Amino acid sequence: MYHASLSMNTALSIKNLQKTYSNGFHALKGIDLEIEQGDFFALLGPNGAGKSTTIGVIADLVTRTSGDVHVFGVNSATAVNEAKRHIGLVPQEFNFNGFEKIKHILITQAGYYGIPSAQAEPHADRLLKQLGLWEKRDNIARTLSGGMKRRLMIARALVHQPQLLILDEPTAGVDIELRRSMWEFLQQLNADGTTIILTTHYLEEAESLCRNIAIIDQGKIIENTDMKSLLSRLGHQTFILYLAEPIDGCPQIDAPCELIDHTTLEVSLKSSEHLTPLFTELSKQGITVASMKNKANRLEELFLTLVEPTVHGANS
Amino acid sequence: MNARYNWVGLQTILIREIRRFLRIWPQTILPAAITMTLYFIIFGNLIGRRIGEMDGFSYIEYITPGIIMMSIINNAYSNVASSFYSAKFQSHIEELLIAPLSNSFILIGYLAGGVTRGLLVGIIVTIISLFFTDIHIAHPVITVSIILLSAILFALGGFINALYANSFDQISIVPTFILTPLTYLGGVFYSISLLPEIGQTASHFNPLFYLVNGFRYGMLGTSDVSPTTAFIIIVGCIIGLSLFALKLLKNGTGLRK
Repeated sequence: MYHASLSMNTALSIKNLQKTYSNGFHALKGIDLEIEQGDFFALLGPNGAGKSTTIGVIADLVTRTSGDVHVFGVNSATAVNEAKRHIGLVPQEFNFNGFEKIKHILITQAGYYGIPSAQAEPHADRLLKQLGLWEKRDNIARTLSGGMKRRLMIARALVHQPQLLILDEPTAGVDIELRRSMWEFLQQLNADGTTIILTTHYLEEAESLCRNIAIIDQGKIIENTDMKSLLSRLGHQTFILYLAEPIDGCPQIDAPCELIDHTTLEVSLKSSEHLTPLFTELSKQGITVASMKNKANRLEELFLTLVEPTVHGANS
Repeated sequence: MNARYNWVGLQTILIREIRRFLRIWPQTILPAAITMTLYFIIFGNLIGRRIGEMDGFSYIEYITPGIIMMSIINNAYSNVASSFYSAKFQSHIEELLIAPLSNSFILIGYLAGGVTRGLLVGIIVTIISLFFTDIHIAHPVITVSIILLSAILFALGGFINALYANSFDQISIVPTFILTPLTYLGGVFYSISLLPEIGQTASHFNPLFYLVNGFRYGMLGTSDVSPTTAFIIIVGCIIGLSLFALKLLKNGTGLRK
């Protein structure tokens, strides 16, 4: 059951995972992945790349064709229930009974994990309060807003206090304010020791939250590294400068620039270059920068660079 | 440790199932009470008075065990079939599939839910029957055993139906085209001694015949078949279908991609 050769610190280990669906679609073509305990890990990829299939196999919703999955050293093929006890899953689609009360959904889920209701209730109540659902606890789930439904699924995934939380696009369709509050919640959860795997289409989300990243495309891992190394490969950063006074054309500077409108300038600098010379040069030309921001999204540029060649290859 | 986890899981499924069928009682409890009341009024009271006796009992006394049994098995079947298929349809079956709960306890949990609804409806129909006839229970142990085993058997049928079903139509096909005809042809409203010889022989291939007659033996002490045969057939079917349902669950049939 327990795989002694795996590091004690490994939360999830996947070796040569293959999945071919009954219609012949080869969804996973030998996935290898190792995620350390306590990590906040991003699993990214375009639609249909194999992210949800991988998560499905880990959570026992999809049967694998071959390969090994160990969760905290427990082989999920030979001790599936022991492995599942460590995992909490927030799926992409709403998958709760919309006719049940919110508190019942949580207590029932805890019961499926062998936790009696009296024991589950204090933790369920705490989660409902933390996720802003306490006032709605006696409401029927289908009456909740989209954002509340997402938070309900997070609460449900955490009700048995798993060590590994897998979130499959948890903030899809959630407004910015709520997304930020969910980020804070997840960061706190991670700081408290829960290993988190996140798939998202908001690459800014992965860049802000995750320390390590794997990119999956056409059933294969095409990149697996830490976020800093990946971003450093970009080679340049783009800044948006908001000017105090309007100008008519791009200033004479030693960097590619584009005038978006009369008071907004986009400047691209190499990663090795500093901002001070740029500001000095602009100041010499009588241009005052009122404010600035880093152009989102750096990860998006990299993602497209990594994924596009294979997409084009597939189309050709 | 695992047994304790599984036991809590089983209780959780049962509580959720009871909560579900009580929440929608106008769909789950009331129709059976109304339909069976009409059976008692029309077949038992109005038509039955003209039929006279059957196997030494008034017609309404003769059909009462069959009507109670019909309501139990129909409700045990449809509770599991509709609840499990709805869970598949709304994808909240995934709540169970990702949990560390053994397949046998998932199966028993759903069966317990179906049996509970079947018994509740059976009790209600029995109470209604008291307005029309006196009830005598000749063999209480046999009566209770046959009720429980029949409810389990049909709950199992509902579970397997729901595993294979890909639409709500497919969970109504079996009750409409198989269960109802077999129930009516299983001797709910008549003794097979009234049938021609070929009809009598054909009835012995109908599993419902053994259920209805086993229950009738328990209540009235008379039956077209020996209670031992009825027990053997019912228990054999339960064992066979249980093993089949567990095999389907293990393979993920209708559940896992």
